[in-house]
Amino acid sequence: MPVSIEDICSKYKQGSREALLSVLQEIQDNFGYLSEEAIIYVGRHLKLPSSKVYGIATFYDQFRFAPKGRYHLQVCSGTTCHIEGSMALLREIDKLLKIKDGQVSRDGLFSLQVVNCMGACSAAPVIAVNGEFHTLMSSADLAGLFDEIRKNA
Amino acid sequence: MNDQEFLITEVLTAKVPAADRQITGRLAEMRHDRVNRPVLYIGAGTCGLVAGADRTLEAAKLYIREKNIDAEIIEVGCIGLCSAEPLMDVQLPGKSRISFCNVDASVVESILDDIFNGIVPADHVLGQFVSPLHEGWTGVEDIILLPFFRYQHRIVLANCGKSDPQRIADYIARGGYQTFLKCLNNYTSEKVCDIIDESGLRGRGGGGYPTGKKWRTAHNAISDQKYLVCNAAESDPGAFMDRAVIEGDPHLLLEGIAIAAYAVGATRAYIYLMADYHLALKNLRNAIAQMKEYGLLGYNIYKSGTDLQINVVVSPGAFVCGEETALIGSIQGKRAMPTPKPPYPAIEGLFKKPTVINNVETLANVPYILRHGPQAFNSIGTANSKGTKVFAITGKSASIGLVEVAMGTTLKDLIFRIAGGIKDDKQFKAVQIGGPSGSCVPEKQLDLQVDYESLWEAGAIMGSGGMVVMDENTCMVDMVKYFMDFLQEESCGKCIPCREGTRRIHEILENITRRPPSESGHEVLERFKGIMQLEGLAEVIRDTSLCGLGQTAPNPLVSAMKWFRDEFEEHIFDRRCRAGVCKELRVFYIEVEKCTGCVACLRKCPTNAIVGQPRQPHFIIEEKCIGCGICFDVCKFVAITIK
Repeated sequence: MPVSIEDICSKYKQGSREALLSVLQEIQDNFGYLSEEAIIYVGRHLKLPSSKVYGIATFYDQFRFAPKGRYHLQVCSGTTCHIEGSMALLREIDKLLKIKDGQVSRDGLFSLQVVNCMGACSAAPVIAVNGEFHTLMSSADLAGLFDEIRKNA
Repeated sequence: MNDQEFLITEVLTAKVPAADRQITGRLAEMRHDRVNRPVLYIGAGTCGLVAGADRTLEAAKLYIREKNIDAEIIEVGCIGLCSAEPLMDVQLPGKSRISFCNVDASVVESILDDIFNGIVPADHVLGQFVSPLHEGWTGVEDIILLPFFRYQHRIVLANCGKSDPQRIADYIARGGYQTFLKCLNNYTSEKVCDIIDESGLRGRGGGGYPTGKKWRTAHNAISDQKYLVCNAAESDPGAFMDRAVIEGDPHLLLEGIAIAAYAVGATRAYIYLMADYHLALKNLRNAIAQMKEYGLLGYNIYKSGTDLQINVVVSPGAFVCGEETALIGSIQGKRAMPTPKPPYPAIEGLFKKPTVINNVETLANVPYILRHGPQAFNSIGTANSKGTKVFAITGKSASIGLVEVAMGTTLKDLIFRIAGGIKDDKQFKAVQIGGPSGSCVPEKQLDLQVDYESLWEAGAIMGSGGMVVMDENTCMVDMVKYFMDFLQEESCGKCIPCREGTRRIHEILENITRRPPSESGHEVLERFKGIMQLEGLAEVIRDTSLCGLGQTAPNPLVSAMKWFRDEFEEHIFDRRCRAGVCKELRVFYIEVEKCTGCVACLRKCPTNAIVGQPRQPHFIIEEKCIGCGICFDVCKFVAITIK
């Protein structure tokens, strides 16, 4: 990575509590997740115990603590998506890829994240693969989608 | 002179309003009321992008490049009709703007081929924006007369989907920021508070607190520094009103913030925005930069003696951040955990200074009120709820999207007149208003008016404006379980009634909607005990929680039990889910006449619940059936149904 954790932290004043969330966000934007090493380093820089940093980071939805797979799946858990069958999609993903929310598949190809409502309710149920939306998905469509991805991987 | 110089000297600093023909002509061009070359507008709000508008945009760009047409392409926000997206409008010089719906990338070429040759395409036409300045297209309906738009009263969404959110010149040409400067130069901050008071504006985030009163409290507090915070932490599932405003008309919000900051005496404003609102963040940052270029932010703005800085804080995401004190904690780098009130933020808030926190929609109403006067606003709506409200109608309605209506409109009108009723000709069952903090409203209550008092009296809440429409295939018990799952996940954990109570309710509902393969007498007893505790539990959570999240957490449960008690009892005593949603409570049944005895289902059944001989009708043993549905999927003869 061209930018290091030290580089990012040095942009923020040492000991400034208010900068905590911004620092963590910038680290995640660059590395894709917050590693244990990052959390400890941030704690030292902002003069906070790493347990506190970890406690605050895990409180919020945005932060991840494990790297993503090559193809990161996001399934919307909004009300309309729920009514239109997002639970069935999650069961199917578990069946086909053997992963649940927050997990990465054994081959490192796929990771799953259940996200809060994306506000794309007219296209429910909504799945995004690396930010690209696939809408009006049914469980049957999923197998085809994953095969397509595997072929091109 | 260029647009910026022109606007600053002739419009923003002019003592006399622009009435000169040259100026109004140029302004009309900036607003695209008059165009010299074709303009294509692509609805590129997040809902449009999800529907494929990014590909539509690429197709449009490719088209004008290949055909060598000198045309402008503008990415606009969401006009509100999300279920018809992607939307593409075409404005040819002299002709009125014509709007096309469901424009996938594949149909861009044929639509543009037709329209550039003066032919109205046969399909995909939504309507046209009729105006006296332009020649209309024959046979195309006036878009304002479509049922979806006809009954709306658009103040907050006035420009969304129409104007260019990325050009401040467009906004200023529509009268933007002139109201802000009028306040700075002609009104004291006290007077601005009075005007908002008189208008009757109430907090649109759900609380309904009188905005003028909140501003005045902070205005009167004595402090060396005050803050204004815009609460854009929209995380209600199914609510995206605030996002549409920020993406589609960010300057409207910014002007509202500027006026509010002036009224309160805040020299620093924060916009607290959710991290996943990428496009909103981009458009907002762009808009703020443009404000700076035009001198509308900084020190001594337009020589008025007023200072203002606006910062965007990106929230790492938590539903509880919508609570004022939690939001303040989050900006200060802590966990978003609510603190007891008093002290109220207006007296002691962010960094312990007087802070006014207003919702995006509340602030977006402010420029209108200051521009047209408080009577223009309080003449709309009901006795206690003035103005309009934006609702996000989603779920099983025929049209899905955002609508803005006058307060006092009935739910029936909203769902059946505007949103077109239930799709696929199904039966209406209930509508959930106010998201996970709200209540479900059944058919017999559809005549309820949307205004704060009417809804509260009926045991419901306005909430931020999310409305999820449900049909006969929705299981109410499952919906309550879904909301409780959301709430107990989002509970900050500080107080026991909310932390433990929401989890306990969720557990009880899990028990109700599940059927373990064998249930001992003890387990049945536990199940019933849980059910009997539900109502008492709901009361305790409501009365003893620290913040709004906990206090409103029992609402979905209480309202569902009140209106759909029979459905609950069916789940509990008959162990049956009439909507067929609770998988484990489904019992499958083989129709003897249709079964050919192919043994496909028999082989696949995970619990060996199917018995039968080859070529003889099979039979499902009810006690062994776990409702997984594999037999249903596998049967080629449609012989299996849910009992």
